[in-house]
Amino acid sequence: MSRIGVFVCYCGSNIAGTVDVEAVADVARTLPNVVYVETNKYTCSDPGQASIKAAIEEHNIDRVVMGTCSPRMHELTWRKLLSETKVNPYMLEVANLREQVSWVHKDKAEGTAKAIDLIKMAVAKVDRNSALYSVEIPITDRALVIGGGIAGMQAALDIADAGHPVTLVERKPSIGGKMPQLDKTFPTMDCSACICTPKMSEVGNHPLIDVRSYSEVESVSGYVGNFEVTIREKAKYINYDSCTGCGMCETKCPTKVDNEYDLGMSKRKAIYKMFAQAVPSKPVIDAEHCRMLTEGKCGVCEKVCPTHSINYKDEDKLTTETYGAVVLATGYELIDWGKLYGEYGGGSYPDVITGLHFERIVNASGPFEGHIRRPSDQKEPKSVVIVKCVGSRDPNKGVSYCSRACCMYGAKHAHQYLDKVPDGKCYVFYMDVRTPGKGYDEFYMRTKNDGAEYLRGRVSKIYKEGDHYVCLGEDTLSGRQVSVNADMVVLETGMVPAPGSRETAMMCGVQCDLDGWVTEAHPKLRPVETNSAGVYLCGTCQGPKDIPDTVAQAGAAASKVIGLLNKPHIESNPQISHVDESLCCGDGACVDICPYGAIKLIEKEFRENSRKVKRTVANVNQGLCQGCGACTAACRSGAMDLLGFTNEGIMKEVDALCQW
Amino acid sequence: MTKYAYFPGCSAHSTGISQTISVDYIAPRLDIELTEIPDWSCCGTSAVKLTNMDMALALPARSLAISERELPGQDVFAPCAGCFQSLKTSAEFSKESDENLAKIKRMIDMPYEASVDVVNVLDVLNTDEAKEALKANMKYRLQGIKVACYYGCALVRPEKICDPDSVENPQVMENLVKIIGGDPIDWPFKVECCGASNHITIPEAGKKLSKNIIENAVDNGADIIVTACPLCWMNLDMREDEINKKFGTNFDIPVYYITELLGAALGGNATEIGLDRHFRPAEGLLTKLVDKDAPLPETEEEKKARLRKEAAAKKAAEKKAAKAAEVAEGADADADGAADAAPATADKKDEVKA
Repeated sequence: MSRIGVFVCYCGSNIAGTVDVEAVADVARTLPNVVYVETNKYTCSDPGQASIKAAIEEHNIDRVVMGTCSPRMHELTWRKLLSETKVNPYMLEVANLREQVSWVHKDKAEGTAKAIDLIKMAVAKVDRNSALYSVEIPITDRALVIGGGIAGMQAALDIADAGHPVTLVERKPSIGGKMPQLDKTFPTMDCSACICTPKMSEVGNHPLIDVRSYSEVESVSGYVGNFEVTIREKAKYINYDSCTGCGMCETKCPTKVDNEYDLGMSKRKAIYKMFAQAVPSKPVIDAEHCRMLTEGKCGVCEKVCPTHSINYKDEDKLTTETYGAVVLATGYELIDWGKLYGEYGGGSYPDVITGLHFERIVNASGPFEGHIRRPSDQKEPKSVVIVKCVGSRDPNKGVSYCSRACCMYGAKHAHQYLDKVPDGKCYVFYMDVRTPGKGYDEFYMRTKNDGAEYLRGRVSKIYKEGDHYVCLGEDTLSGRQVSVNADMVVLETGMVPAPGSRETAMMCGVQCDLDGWVTEAHPKLRPVETNSAGVYLCGTCQGPKDIPDTVAQAGAAASKVIGLLNKPHIESNPQISHVDESLCCGDGACVDICPYGAIKLIEKEFRENSRKVKRTVANVNQGLCQGCGACTAACRSGAMDLLGFTNEGIMKEVDALCQW
Repeated sequence: MTKYAYFPGCSAHSTGISQTISVDYIAPRLDIELTEIPDWSCCGTSAVKLTNMDMALALPARSLAISERELPGQDVFAPCAGCFQSLKTSAEFSKESDENLAKIKRMIDMPYEASVDVVNVLDVLNTDEAKEALKANMKYRLQGIKVACYYGCALVRPEKICDPDSVENPQVMENLVKIIGGDPIDWPFKVECCGASNHITIPEAGKKLSKNIIENAVDNGADIIVTACPLCWMNLDMREDEINKKFGTNFDIPVYYITELLGAALGGNATEIGLDRHFRPAEGLLTKLVDKDAPLPETEEEKKARLRKEAAAKKAAEKKAAKAAEVAEGADADADGAADAAPATADKKDEVKA
């Protein structure tokens, strides 16, 4: 026989206002196995808690029902309280009499009746609860950061500065991401590369950071504290141990290809460093274009290399290591506007460019050494049209969300253009101007004062006429159609998740939303955590944001990782799935539905009817299981049970609600 | 032989008469059999849509239901772009859900399964069979004629109904023009509005739109404009003089239906393919045709290659001549040979320049 104690709270007048607490307590006293019922004005206060402890001792209570606020609020408080008594912390049920009763009902009679039902259900369920015990999971003191942009670099630095080793994986030949490609950063107009490249070299030189450039995460398994991660280091064809980065090979390489770093507006060699300040400051060979690797002829770089570091036989290398925590910082890509906007020429006009092209054009290390020239004929454009929200906020064509940074970098482009071409004309077509941020609106007003002509409306068509481009659009403020002749058009295109980021997130058991952005655990209260314990996120992989927000979020993610890695071990959540192997038919429905990849099918030997038999049964990984219960619903044979929410316990709740 | 249920529409015997005549001419030559839907009714056009959307869906559905019953299994071919759009909008509506179909059936009070597909001129011509037949049966080529293929709105928009290869830069007409040897130009106004009915209600607005299209085609070097919509054709062909008068321009560019162009390539005379029914003289096209098997003109690359070859030959000849003159000053034969070669190449160069 169980001995149940029921504690009903007034919560001041929060509960008592709409629920007759004493009536609820009276009914509770009549319920089977209830040996003690108490009401309290503020149960969560110190005297309230002391009274519970005393009652447990006095009445030899072995399980507890709390008729209080939501378990989201105080379930942990009660567990902690019980852990100080002889009662197991999981011999507890919380009947939510506040958020689900008093706060949502006005009629006291109705509220009381519902509160009584909830108490009955909780009593019925707690009667079937069993004691659960958490286990200690050891934590590997090493973090993995996926993505070497400003978000990943900041997170890696913060974690490493706190004394924890970090591996930073970047799929491009150099870390840095998009930030070094930018010219200036709004609203202070400090040079982007000048503030980003020191961080890059700090990352490269940090004794606790292992930079894995030109590498990708191949697979992730395991669970919080113990992620087994396989990293594929793509063949660089260079021995990085002996290469000094002298650049001789790059000078002599005869093959020229489009330079991705300048978005095809300049050329690079087949053996190349992405840009001058690249980290690691060593080249890789582009196997697709290298003559030696494609045709078997050439070998110039090998001949000129003073340290004999070229290795044409290099191959991809796979390494597997264990990490305690993972930070996703996979970043963004610009939307492929060419496919979506045929009316803007669909990418066939060389002078209709994206904002990132403009960043390279205006940048001193860019294709035109910082002089504003248009790509087609290198002439200085005397009039420029800037179109905002290309792909963003347009569910019919691109995506429905706002890309957040475009209003500001659009204003920055207008300002930079007018600064460098004083006799130029700049027109900005916009839907709305959104400039929330420190110093942002001031910057926008300054750009308007510089002479940028802001036109509220969208551009319907861009076509070439002779030497210039005609932009047809609407000025919704004057209600007129406008036609602007431009020498160059800059499309401020929206952000989309970087290619492969969904796959990487899925590997870590993390979901993405419909647009492909990685989903945080809670949009307000857990913004850098994911639903997978031990996996964190930062930067634009979660959604469009600017550099200040990205850096702030990276620091937040790092602090969470440091908090985790500082512990030698963590306590597991014992409310996880449990397989009744005698019932399990091994059909794997639970494996397919598990969002965390926590269930595997294994072959196991059983003794059945005095005979040894081998059967396939499901097996739950205690570290990975988050106790969501999806498998219990999917299991056709009823072999899966969620500890703490057993099928039997829930049926008893239903019975309690329906029978009495 | 591809069979279609034919929905002529009201323009077939009025503004679109040239299209009707040319469709009748090319259909048998492209292995296409057209059977007119018996007792077809008005497609509803834009007027009904503005008055009563239910009627705009039911009117075409009636003709589609008749076609389904009388000409089972055949796609409905509407040569008028407006008819195509009305019919297809109705057909798609009925296909969308059982409720929609039930509603339409209630309105038309006829058995109807919404099994028919609706196609336009370009769909009919863009099949492999039709293209093969065109290649096999064509007699003439439109050598060197620069063609602005003009689609207008109803053949490409809305995208969900019309399902074109590209909304902004379709290529179906261009590909047909290439088959018959024409030179389609790349121009940005191919899907702009022709002004449609605004020419009647707000002529100022309508004329400006038509003018923009003609102007852009001419600016991009077009010799002729080709369309597949009777309304577009009327607004461009019939109103060219009005536009010239209003804007003080001097446009003189003929406008054809794509079916007329194919008809001309297939050997039709002016009356057979409807060229004599244009407002702007259009028969000139026939004088520019060349025989299908006439030698192809030189392409740019071929021209370059030929010039390179000639230059090399000339250089070699000069070298040879110089050498010969050096070695044996009195050798007449060699000197004659060099003298012959030099004027010959000079002639060729003049030809190229011309």
